Amino acid sequence: MATHAAYMAGTKLSAGSVLWSWITTVDHKRIGQLYGVSAFFFFLVGGIEALIMRLQLAQPDGTLVGAQRFNELFTMHGTTMVFLAIMPLGAAFFNYMIPLLIGARDVAFPRLNALSYWVFFSGALLLHLSFLAGAVPDAGWFGYANLTSVQFSPTHSIDFWMLGLQVLGISSLMAGFNFIVTIINMRAPGMTLMRMPLFVWMSLVVQFLVVLAFPAITVALILLMFDRFFGTLFYAPAGGADPLLWQHLFWIFGHPEVYILILPAMGIVSEVLPTFSRKPLFGAPVVIYSGIMIGFFGFGVWSHHMFSVGMGPVADSAFSIATMLIAVPTGVKILNWIATLWGGRVQFSSALYFSLGFIAMFTLGGLSGVMHSSPPVDLQQTDSYFVVAHFHYVLFGGSIFGLFSGVYYWWPKMFGKLLDERLGKVHFWLMMIGFNVTFFPMHFLGLIGMPRRIYTYAPDLGWNFWNMVSTMGAFVIMLSFLVFIWNVIATTRSGAPAPADPWDGRTLEWTIPSPPPVYNFATEPVVHARDDFWVQKHGDGHGTPPRKGAPAAHVDTASIHMPPPSYWPILLAGALFVMFSGALVSIYQVVGGGLLTLYCMIRFMLEYHHGHDVGHDVGHDVGPDVGPAAGGHR
Amino acid sequence: MRKSLLSRIPTALLLLTVALLLSSCGSSMWDSPMTTVRPKSEFGRITHEIFMLISWWTLGIGIAVEAGLLWVCFRYREKPGAPIPKQVHGHTLLEVSWTIVFALILLIFAIPTIPAIFKTQEAPAATALRVDVSGRQWWWEFKYPDLKVVTANELHLPAGQTVAFNLHAPDVIHSFWTPQLGGKRDVVPGRVNRVTLMPDETGEYPGQCAEYCGTSHANMRFRVIVHTKADFEKWVAAQQRPPVQPTDPLAQKGQDLFSQSACVGCHTIAGISGGVLGPNLTHFGSRKTMGANLLANTPENLAKWIENPGHMKPGVLMPDLGMRGEQSKALAAYLLSLK
Amino acid sequence: MAAEHAAVAHDPNIGCTGLDHRKMGMWAFLGSECMFFGSLIGTYLAYKGKSINGPGPHEILNIPLTSLSAFVLLMSSLLMVLALAAVQRNDMKWGKIWLFMTALFGAGFVGFQVYEFTHFVKLGLTLQTNLFGSTFFVLTGFHGAHVTGGVIWLLSLWVLALRGRLGAQDSLKVEICGLYWHFVDIVWIAIFTLIYLIP
Repeated sequence: MATHAAYMAGTKLSAGSVLWSWITTVDHKRIGQLYGVSAFFFFLVGGIEALIMRLQLAQPDGTLVGAQRFNELFTMHGTTMVFLAIMPLGAAFFNYMIPLLIGARDVAFPRLNALSYWVFFSGALLLHLSFLAGAVPDAGWFGYANLTSVQFSPTHSIDFWMLGLQVLGISSLMAGFNFIVTIINMRAPGMTLMRMPLFVWMSLVVQFLVVLAFPAITVALILLMFDRFFGTLFYAPAGGADPLLWQHLFWIFGHPEVYILILPAMGIVSEVLPTFSRKPLFGAPVVIYSGIMIGFFGFGVWSHHMFSVGMGPVADSAFSIATMLIAVPTGVKILNWIATLWGGRVQFSSALYFSLGFIAMFTLGGLSGVMHSSPPVDLQQTDSYFVVAHFHYVLFGGSIFGLFSGVYYWWPKMFGKLLDERLGKVHFWLMMIGFNVTFFPMHFLGLIGMPRRIYTYAPDLGWNFWNMVSTMGAFVIMLSFLVFIWNVIATTRSGAPAPADPWDGRTLEWTIPSPPPVYNFATEPVVHARDDFWVQKHGDGHGTPPRKGAPAAHVDTASIHMPPPSYWPILLAGALFVMFSGALVSIYQVVGGGLLTLYCMIRFMLEYHHGHDVGHDVGHDVGPDVGPAAGGHR
Repeated sequence: MRKSLLSRIPTALLLLTVALLLSSCGSSMWDSPMTTVRPKSEFGRITHEIFMLISWWTLGIGIAVEAGLLWVCFRYREKPGAPIPKQVHGHTLLEVSWTIVFALILLIFAIPTIPAIFKTQEAPAATALRVDVSGRQWWWEFKYPDLKVVTANELHLPAGQTVAFNLHAPDVIHSFWTPQLGGKRDVVPGRVNRVTLMPDETGEYPGQCAEYCGTSHANMRFRVIVHTKADFEKWVAAQQRPPVQPTDPLAQKGQDLFSQSACVGCHTIAGISGGVLGPNLTHFGSRKTMGANLLANTPENLAKWIENPGHMKPGVLMPDLGMRGEQSKALAAYLLSLK
Repeated sequence: MAAEHAAVAHDPNIGCTGLDHRKMGMWAFLGSECMFFGSLIGTYLAYKGKSINGPGPHEILNIPLTSLSAFVLLMSSLLMVLALAAVQRNDMKWGKIWLFMTALFGAGFVGFQVYEFTHFVKLGLTLQTNLFGSTFFVLTGFHGAHVTGGVIWLLSLWVLALRGRLGAQDSLKVEICGLYWHFVDIVWIAIFTLIYLIP
């Protein structure tokens, strides 16, 4: 079967056919790797942007880069880190791990999955073409109106930003639909919702947030697009409009977005801690409910980003109270994680180090967040380096550390090689030190009045010392990242091969080989409890003894039907790219791109539509075989 | 057993962190000109009280949580040969209790917060001094409508009197922030925001725009000078006088140059020109700084500015009018004579 | 029980809840569409009455005519129900007719909108005229674009049916199209009420 030929060891393949296999893949594991590689690439890009900014700010009245360039740098740094680094790194894990964690062979819509990736790729490309065009976005990652109007931003810079984000939004939405259906509808028999691994739960909440929050920014951007291209008045004060409309729409998206950024890391930490403590997550149901509550209430706090705009005391108070309330489920989780370690037998792997780092740093970020929840106090901190410190503690100290924990944890499963544990720990300590040296002083800088988004500052304000310290820390972070890259290169070349279950894990992904075969599970697992694999191996410690695994039924794995590759995802993504980028070129390209998109959509939808003589409907998309009858009998 | 270097790092870091934090305690850093923790107004003091309350609690919680984390790591680190630990799934009473404790701590923050929100946003008394602030790319206009005074970038106020600010935004969103006075408030096009402040100590306090507003956002600074009541009245009287007629020949040359060139299209000097696109220059010579608290107000800086404003302030809307050499020196002399 | 389970699991599109993936996916999509139209409607309501010049809604909206077009759209939902029922009982003769009629009525609705838009422009209301112009055209325009998308979808199904490539085994695809179509109809009820009927 051609599908499997590419994966059979020993088959000699040309570079061309290898490239083609990646371009047309619909395998969730490969798509996860595509997202992962892209995320790391853009993390580097965003990191370099940060280093340049830190070099400029190391001294007062700096002259390394001018005002315009600096404004472009902080805009692209924020946009890149949020949309092109953290989100896709989360997506890499959703893609690779969710089917494995729920005992499925792929996601619900494999081609839609591939489409999400290629549309993401197009969006990232469109955004970065701005560099080639010499019109780099420069209005900040949240692009407040009416600075983004044609009057005050006359070049194409904002257009690149606006169109790029629209495309990225489409990618995220499609992935959201896919994973909601996958998680709800493709769990192995016996895996009730409450028996689902925590990472899957947090991911489910994230997908609901994506599906419900992205439309708000889509509308915000559409209104901006109409203002810029067609002269509408949505954000035009001269026409009676209120520029705050942008802020409301943006933050109705923006606040759930920060939960989208943190929940995957929380999910990872909720997997890593039990594994390396050798006991279950303390209060798993409570952690699950907290995640759901955070997702739900996260839609009710958006204006805490707007305490200085003059909404009035009633609105200020309402959002303040809502924000304090949401701190409760968030804070409670930290205690659940610490209680998981308590009484355990803690093994200090690199993965665990990063999870511990997550807890330590996210605690600090959460506490500075609590300070922001009080509007009078926030008025001294918002738009200063204090809030810059806060969000880096939660996004870097939180999300990035948590995601790296996942990298070290699941690397052996994904690549069949163990990462070097010593290098992992060097990476951790360098990153921990570098991160804190870079960002802790920013609390001080904020408290002594340094505003954010300034390309330089006067020498007599007392800001010089901590700016210099912060810049030095940034280079330590870079060093830590180089250690990680070295670890990857060295172990890929000559690392120890990884067994199926290197950590004595608790969940289903450790029951299959490392890396998994294309069909993941030879026979569909049947689940009896949360952490079913652990219970199978060790019993549940409350009377249920270990289960002897059933002797492997002979399964003719070569005949497991997996969805074949398809080139329609990349073609459709390409058509979308032509249409959206056409807005910067000519109406003909937009119309042409639109027709091409329509054509590709129809071909995509009908790719597996049967002829009239096939009795069995293989459906709109060719999902993988699931079910005990599936293996070997189709 | 020799401990590896790697395993000594946690202890070293802990000590370093403690040292760093302690060092910040007595530091004079907190007295910086734009500090937020040495309030000099009523608004600032109300804010500061709540800030200190939250700070102490969060410091305590932070230390407790981090210490707890470190303790469980040390206490329960794996010892070789140890059995699988007890598979504890949770403890409902404990979880409910700590949830309630969290909620109560937040209540402690909420209780002073809500009244402070309402108090600081109360309508000002009728006896308040009214100041109309206009934030524009990239400078600040200050008008005292009841005193008939218009100036820019340096805000003079009397100590001990409530000031009612009306905030206007003719172009994009900016934010009016004097850290030592507190009460940051955005200026938003299409609406008039209000903030009421009562500075209670004389002194000079730098302020800065705190909402990204374009190329020279970093250069949109200002200065607040709080006088005694008597000094403030002297300042007002000086501002209300008509502009000084220049006696120095260079300054006279500058005045002629000014009234004959495009300067008049953007700037107002009472009796000479009425432009409103740029700062009012009637008493420009009385200001200590120029370019929106960017540079000291000296003949050299002023001449350089006139010759090439965009060099000192990227993106600035003031064009280069081609003044060079003698011309820019003359204009500088004239403007600095307008005390 | 086990045989049933096996039979259901045999169809790769039915999941562990017993629901078809594609139907669930459409519901997730419709959830996002609720937020999409909700944001657009919210924008319209935020700016209602805030235009600084005319023409305003009371001067320009033709309620009788738009009521007729709303009726046409509502009827198309009924036709959609008939189309689905026909396909489900493999009566492709009537399946084709009702699918085409649904698309026709939808196209009719869009036709009404095109007329309304061009008429308003003649009367002096464009995207740039005032806040009412901006919000009205964008909100109803995006709704019209969604209807147009639905019409194309329906016609595609109709063409498949003409070529004998649509039958009872494809009823889920028609059902999903129906879900989308009814949703677009419901959104119009909300928009029509808020823009045209409430003063």
